Amino acid sequence: MLLKHTTDEIKERNALSVNPAKTCQPIGAMYAALGIHGCLPHSHGSQGCYAYHRSALTRHYKEPVIAATSAFTEGASVFGGQANLLQSIDNIFTVYNPAVIAVHTTCLSETIGDDLPQIINKARTEGKIPEGKYVIHTNTPSYVGSHVTGFSNMTRAMVDYFSEYNGSKNKIVNLIPGFVEPSDMEEMKRLAAAMGIKTIMFPDTSKVLNGPMTGKYKMFPDGGVTIEELKMTGSSIGTIALGPFASGAAAKALDVKCKVRCEILDLPIGLHATDAFIDQLRCMANVNVPDSINFERGQMLDIIADMHQYFYGKRVGLVGDPDQILALAKFLVSIDMQPVYMVTGTPAGKKFEQDLREITAEVPGEVKIKVPGDMFLFHQWIKNEPVDLLIGNTYVKYIARDEDIPFIRHGFPILDRVGHSYFPTVGYRGGMRLLEKILNALLDRKDRDATDIEFELVM
Amino acid sequence: MRKIAIYGKGGIGKSTTTQNTVAGLAESGKKVMVVGCDPKGDSTRLLLGGIAQRTVLDTLREEGEDVELDDVRKAGFAGILCTESGGPEPGVGCAGRGIITSINLLEQLGAYAEDVKLDYVFYDVLGDVVCGGFAMPIREGKAKEIYIVVSGEMMAMYAANNICKGIVKFAEAGGVRLGGLICNSRQVDNEKEMILAFADALGTQMIHFLPRDNMVQKAEINRKTVIEFDKEHPQAEEYRILAKKIDENKMMVIPKILPMDDLEKLLIEYGIAS
Repeated sequence: MLLKHTTDEIKERNALSVNPAKTCQPIGAMYAALGIHGCLPHSHGSQGCYAYHRSALTRHYKEPVIAATSAFTEGASVFGGQANLLQSIDNIFTVYNPAVIAVHTTCLSETIGDDLPQIINKARTEGKIPEGKYVIHTNTPSYVGSHVTGFSNMTRAMVDYFSEYNGSKNKIVNLIPGFVEPSDMEEMKRLAAAMGIKTIMFPDTSKVLNGPMTGKYKMFPDGGVTIEELKMTGSSIGTIALGPFASGAAAKALDVKCKVRCEILDLPIGLHATDAFIDQLRCMANVNVPDSINFERGQMLDIIADMHQYFYGKRVGLVGDPDQILALAKFLVSIDMQPVYMVTGTPAGKKFEQDLREITAEVPGEVKIKVPGDMFLFHQWIKNEPVDLLIGNTYVKYIARDEDIPFIRHGFPILDRVGHSYFPTVGYRGGMRLLEKILNALLDRKDRDATDIEFELVM
Repeated sequence: MRKIAIYGKGGIGKSTTTQNTVAGLAESGKKVMVVGCDPKGDSTRLLLGGIAQRTVLDTLREEGEDVELDDVRKAGFAGILCTESGGPEPGVGCAGRGIITSINLLEQLGAYAEDVKLDYVFYDVLGDVVCGGFAMPIREGKAKEIYIVVSGEMMAMYAANNICKGIVKFAEAGGVRLGGLICNSRQVDNEKEMILAFADALGTQMIHFLPRDNMVQKAEINRKTVIEFDKEHPQAEEYRILAKKIDENKMMVIPKILPMDDLEKLLIEYGIAS
């Protein structure tokens, strides 16, 4: 009972966060950078940052995560990190030969005010960046925002550095997937392809962080958006950005830079959000939705209808990132579940909280939302009035165990289970998987708690 | 050992005043060390007869952690021990962190050890207390006494008031106190009276009024303190007096900070109005 000291007495806290529901900006930036083909993420800071960020990603994806570091010492903190970064760029292109180095800052380099564009420019003038190779950057101080902000910043940097309008629009739709699993990115592309639409997805970590075991190590896996594709994004007919917090900034930047119109949607988690995604794809590319997709939708609807009695009225606690929470809350409400407690560590703002309030307006009883909030408070709410189901990242498992509540792992990070990188939770099929997970958790519990008389064969 | 930090607005004459005063103390037989905390590394130029010395941070950068005390400490005029923190070029890195690193390193190397038998350590700090690094000399009970170099100019007094805010912050935890204001005259009207009133309002003293004299400039061009360059000159005597006053000073206070309005009122009353 690891969290047994959590009390049900809730006190106002201003300065203290306990078990925050977020992590560092650079983790998001590193993850996004891995979604460029042949990219080596580079952490401009001390070695501890980079080691932690790599290991956090490795633990979640169960794949080797490559990155480099400027390896700041005391001297670099005082004199600035220019010498370290110049040397790094030289070494990296000489030894590892990536197509692009994506540099993100850390708290230290950010605080001493290292000017990355100036340093990158110097590297170029000094001939340290070979012809046809690129160094891009974004600023990711961890005392601002969260890992979602870092993802958003690096994705936006891809637009800032690469997107260009080549003079004529082509029939391609840009997809910005949000901070989701490689499997989710794959599923989004599959749906678009099934509609006969050509897409450029960026970043795209499918086939990078969910690749096969081949017995042969590939430093730069096959997946990822190519530089050529990133350049072409400026000539696409439109951009669909999924998840305003992770993808909105890049989509807007592309609109401003290359006049590529953008639609910013919720993550396609659940029936309605997937409908909106499919519909937007249909409108943007001017195509029809094929029967195969309608078929999947019907299957998902069938599960909801068949099992509705088990969803109905169940109280759910959600911990996660704003884009995920928003989409999940809508989905749960749509199947008559009750998301009553919601916490994100990302400072997502008043508007976000307002949106959650509107989504849950019909939920009976008090709905508790804290933005930014922590898992300690979330746990306290549960102690005061329990829920039937928990959905969140691995850290929620302590609460689930302590309070003996069914728990579904969703979001980042998942450190103790596999599956998330291979099986999506977006789209209709992903929705079916999510429904299956919810049902398994609820029905397993129902079986466990049932007396001999209540124990049902058919459910 | 008394540890003293000298603060004041940029260009007010902190380094010049510190070195000349320290020369006066050394002349009277005191063992003194000067720690320059200015990234430019020019706090000990007059004592060493030029910027000949490698800074602590340059040495650290070039030789790594394996630094010897003799690499970074040189004896200057009258046996005064001189060290310079040094720091990054303008516009890069973190000068504040540089001061922290440098002072920690000097401590590790034993620059303040008993057997050095120092009577005084002077920290000559760049400009205002803009960040944690620049407060390093007065943190954790390092320097216990502060003197602020000031003149009758508005911005110099404004800066002095601001520095006092920093002192108040560290006074309770670290025990640092304000020893007084040193007025380095700019020949502003009513300057002496104004600084006396200013010191009074801050709850401290004007420990000495240094008149303006071209001899200071002349000695500086020759890379010497006035005491070394022309020890009979009246200005040399002024610095000796200041040194003596500091040596005998018992008035250590936690300053009262002036609201901006009061500061402006003081200026109008003594400056513009007359």
